[in-house]
Amino acid sequence: MMSWRRFDLPNDREDIGRFLPWLVAFMVYLSIVALAGLLALERMTARWDHGVVGTLTVHMAPAATAEQNARRLKDATDVLTATPGVARAEPVPAARVAELLEPWLGPSVRDADLPLPLLIDVELRDEPEVDLGQLGRSLDAVVPGTAVDDHRSWLRRLVSLARAVEALAAAMLGLVALVTVVAVVFATRAGLAVNRDVIEVLHLIGAHDAYIASQFAARAFKTAFKGGLLGFLLAAPTLFAIGFFAARIEEGLLPRIEFGPVHWGMFAAVPLLAAMAALVSARTTVLRTLGRMV
Amino acid sequence: MAVQDDSGGAVVRFENVGLRYGLGPEVLRDISFSLMPGSFHFLTGPSGAGKSTLLKLMYLALRPTRGLISLFGNDTSRAPRSELPQMRRRIGVVFQEFRLLDHLTAYDNVALPLRIGGVREDQVKKHVMELLAWVGLKDHMDARPPTMSGGQQQRVAIARAVIAGPELLLADEPAGNVDDRMAVRLLRLFEELHRLGRTIVIATHNEALVRRLGHPRMCIEDGRLEIRPGLADPAAGAPSVRLAFPGDSEEFA
Repeated sequence: MMSWRRFDLPNDREDIGRFLPWLVAFMVYLSIVALAGLLALERMTARWDHGVVGTLTVHMAPAATAEQNARRLKDATDVLTATPGVARAEPVPAARVAELLEPWLGPSVRDADLPLPLLIDVELRDEPEVDLGQLGRSLDAVVPGTAVDDHRSWLRRLVSLARAVEALAAAMLGLVALVTVVAVVFATRAGLAVNRDVIEVLHLIGAHDAYIASQFAARAFKTAFKGGLLGFLLAAPTLFAIGFFAARIEEGLLPRIEFGPVHWGMFAAVPLLAAMAALVSARTTVLRTLGRMV
Repeated sequence: MAVQDDSGGAVVRFENVGLRYGLGPEVLRDISFSLMPGSFHFLTGPSGAGKSTLLKLMYLALRPTRGLISLFGNDTSRAPRSELPQMRRRIGVVFQEFRLLDHLTAYDNVALPLRIGGVREDQVKKHVMELLAWVGLKDHMDARPPTMSGGQQQRVAIARAVIAGPELLLADEPAGNVDDRMAVRLLRLFEELHRLGRTIVIATHNEALVRRLGHPRMCIEDGRLEIRPGLADPAAGAPSVRLAFPGDSEEFA
């Protein structure tokens, strides 16, 4: 019969089991922070993927008169809207272009009669994929001096970088889980060695290996859960602090790091998962070790 | 599945059993005997003759280097490891050095075999309290073994050995640390178990005790065993108590 409340084994006062809650606390802390990073990155790349990757900008040199400029914009826009895969092509008004250049050229750019470049904002569909080289040549034939500025090439690199960081965070989670399991296995083995006499008496009284394993498993669960809870309690203020400091960085560079109830549910599940992993590792270790005994 | 043998109903049967530790000389040689259900034997012999070793073979703490041991009709050498606990639950052992769990209270030590056997906690409490009262330790149920005297520890060990009503009771010097009055009282407990049909083997140096109860004795000397009939009238040590165990219908009188 398995008992979760009563332990027949002495408390781990001297062996390495004593350090297990602290180790699990640290591991759970790392896991939650890594998981939070993973979720934030996930959201960021999703935004980039859908919001920015499907756009490009066409720009061309300005002509001498406003009429010529309007003509150029219309010609180029006609070519673009006729291209399969283009969802929308809209010339950027001169006032908006001036506004965009203001940070670099100063407020006088609005009033000065400068030859500002002509821009067309283009939104692409996922399918069919637009051949940008071909598009650039077609535009150049109609309006010489046209260039296609593809956000996709550098955004793709950024997204793939973010994906790599995500993979790294996921690998870190895996590694942390592995280290926790290994620590539990070693603590359990040490516990088996230290409590050899007690285990022999339990055996001689008629205890099955499963009874002894359940004792170790229940204790490992309790120990890991305690440590995990501590890790969670330490991780929560860390996440709030990261969110607070990220919000102070210029808006737009980073998305707001805010976690909803689902995310907090995931974070709260980490100590529980750690405790379950400890339970299974301890039980397996005891059963395997005792199974090898005569 | 347990391997049945032709032990002729014996609770314990040894056939040409020999045991050596490592490459040393044989500690036990050509041991052959059968203990029938309900028998009571003393195990005597000089120190170092192999009494404890013989008991260890009987409670499955050691495996023989040769020969055959069968318990309750099962060949122990062919029984898989997973079947040993069931066999051990039918055996109660009073270890020479008690082997109580120091971190548990007297109550929890005595309760251990019942809890391992999955007995309900209210039943555990009932039987443990009764038995602790019987061995005179009701007031010490919350004490831990290190704080108890040798005699008190011994009584806890005996209570733990008999609590689950084992079919075979093996005791290694169970009266070694108590005064004569308590020794007689404890022996009455064994007699009561015997009366309930249990098979008893008690290793002891106490000649007076052996003579008083007059049961046959297994004499072990130089690693060899000889069974001698009892001398006195066993009725002299007749018990005056009635014990009940989980599974028995009888209750305390």
